Amino acid sequence: MNWFVAVIQTTLFVALAPLLSGWLKWCKCQLQNRKAPSLLQPYRDLLKLIRKQPVVAEHASWLFIYTPYIVFSAMVLAASVVPLIAVDLPTSASADVIVLVGFFAFARFFLALAALDIGTAFGGMGASREMTISSLAEPAMLMAVFTLTMTASTTNLSLAIEHVLYEGLVLRPSFVFAMFALMLVAIAETGRIPVDNPTTHLELTMIHEAMILEYSGRHLALIEWASQLKLALYGVLIANIFAPWGIARELTLPALGYGLLAIAGKLAVLAVCLAISETLVAKMRLFRVQEYLSFAYLLGLLGMLSHIILEAAR
Amino acid sequence: MNLEQQDFYTQAILSMAALVGLTSFLMLGQGRLLRLIFVFALQGLLLTQTTALAAYSLDSHHLYISALLTLVLKVLFIPWMLRRQVLMLNLHRDVEALKNNTFVMLGGAALMVFSYYVLHPIVQTSSAVMLNALAVSLSVVLLGMLLMISHRQAIAHVVGFMSIENGLFFAAIVATRGMPMVVELGIAFDVLVAAVLFGIFFFHISTSIDSLDVDRMNRLHEVDR
Repeated sequence: MNWFVAVIQTTLFVALAPLLSGWLKWCKCQLQNRKAPSLLQPYRDLLKLIRKQPVVAEHASWLFIYTPYIVFSAMVLAASVVPLIAVDLPTSASADVIVLVGFFAFARFFLALAALDIGTAFGGMGASREMTISSLAEPAMLMAVFTLTMTASTTNLSLAIEHVLYEGLVLRPSFVFAMFALMLVAIAETGRIPVDNPTTHLELTMIHEAMILEYSGRHLALIEWASQLKLALYGVLIANIFAPWGIARELTLPALGYGLLAIAGKLAVLAVCLAISETLVAKMRLFRVQEYLSFAYLLGLLGMLSHIILEAAR
Repeated sequence: MNLEQQDFYTQAILSMAALVGLTSFLMLGQGRLLRLIFVFALQGLLLTQTTALAAYSLDSHHLYISALLTLVLKVLFIPWMLRRQVLMLNLHRDVEALKNNTFVMLGGAALMVFSYYVLHPIVQTSSAVMLNALAVSLSVVLLGMLLMISHRQAIAHVVGFMSIENGLFFAAIVATRGMPMVVELGIAFDVLVAAVLFGIFFFHISTSIDSLDVDRMNRLHEVDR
């Protein structure tokens, strides 16, 4: 039963990730007075790409061909670790939050290698930019996550969420900082607007797009899907760590259904917030990204400090 | 004593303290004057909420008056006045290039740690809330000073000065359950007068040397050399 629910949850995660980006795009279009595409448009795009034959450059090695599969499966594994509608599942017991960060790093590593593999100028540029950003974003994310794990005194995400849930409503200063830090990191890592623009193909601003420029067909579909999954993963992390209410604690059908409704509502609200911020904020220069990320790191550090100083038992 | 064993008021005050500290950091990293003034107003709003919260839970009604004073002065009047001056002196288009912003921010974090370290001996004689509130307000004061050091615009200096006052006010509200009304009214009046005086000085400085950049004031001398 437990394994069954875990599989269902991961499947839901993978299947509903494009819907989240569709909803995000819909909100943005509404805010910018544009006519919005249907919510199912990401699915149609993926389907279209999967049907097409991938074109691979002559000098591409096996790395280039296998990378989409590696990236996608790393994201699916990461999705199986994060509690979506229920806590205390066998998959989340097997891996903790550091492994989760490791999955992200693994996927990014292969994506950067594949971008370098083909030997075009854009690939190398995108890879170096992505690595610069991630080397600054990762400590900030770990700092934010450690604040949570120190509060719950476990690095297991499921147990930590259960701990937060068990305590009820406790106003924690450290969580405020950690949440802001994680939000800033999420925006940088998923390539959203102040750091990177996911819809542009302008050479000055591309980061993620520059790396996947050579991909086509089902390879591109897998990479796109993986990045949508990554966005959903960060959304679920923020929603479930800092507001875990509604998540199912026992595996009955009503509890699971309620959990699904709760996370759908939370993600919808988060996506609206993201759409508003993307509409209001302009893309920043690449050389200012380090300032942005050092601010995220600072917030994580303050979260940790205020946990140690304000909240720890004396 | 763990946080979850504290009552709701304590938790709320601690969260407010954290948010006030956060606004201080936001001010430190701000290069645009209008946004700096907006964050300053936000800090005033947080102070108002803290005061109202303290008044409600400690059941001391005179704190409502000081909450109202804070609201009128620090959220509405002073930010409005500073904003008007920035617009009139045409400073809102300048982006202040902060030199090594990252170092300033990390210096701010170090100041925060320092203020906790300094105030840690107090923990034996007082409650945890008081220690935290005092530590946060001390770090708000120090961050205000850092803001005055690191920025070049005179208006940013004034905002830093006002945020120092905010830090002291926060300490007074949380640690001693509010000052006597006479003292509070006196301080509020002083701040008001200071703001007005600053406004007059801004006009004089900017009409006589055509800039509010303090680096350029360093070059002013009585005698031409």
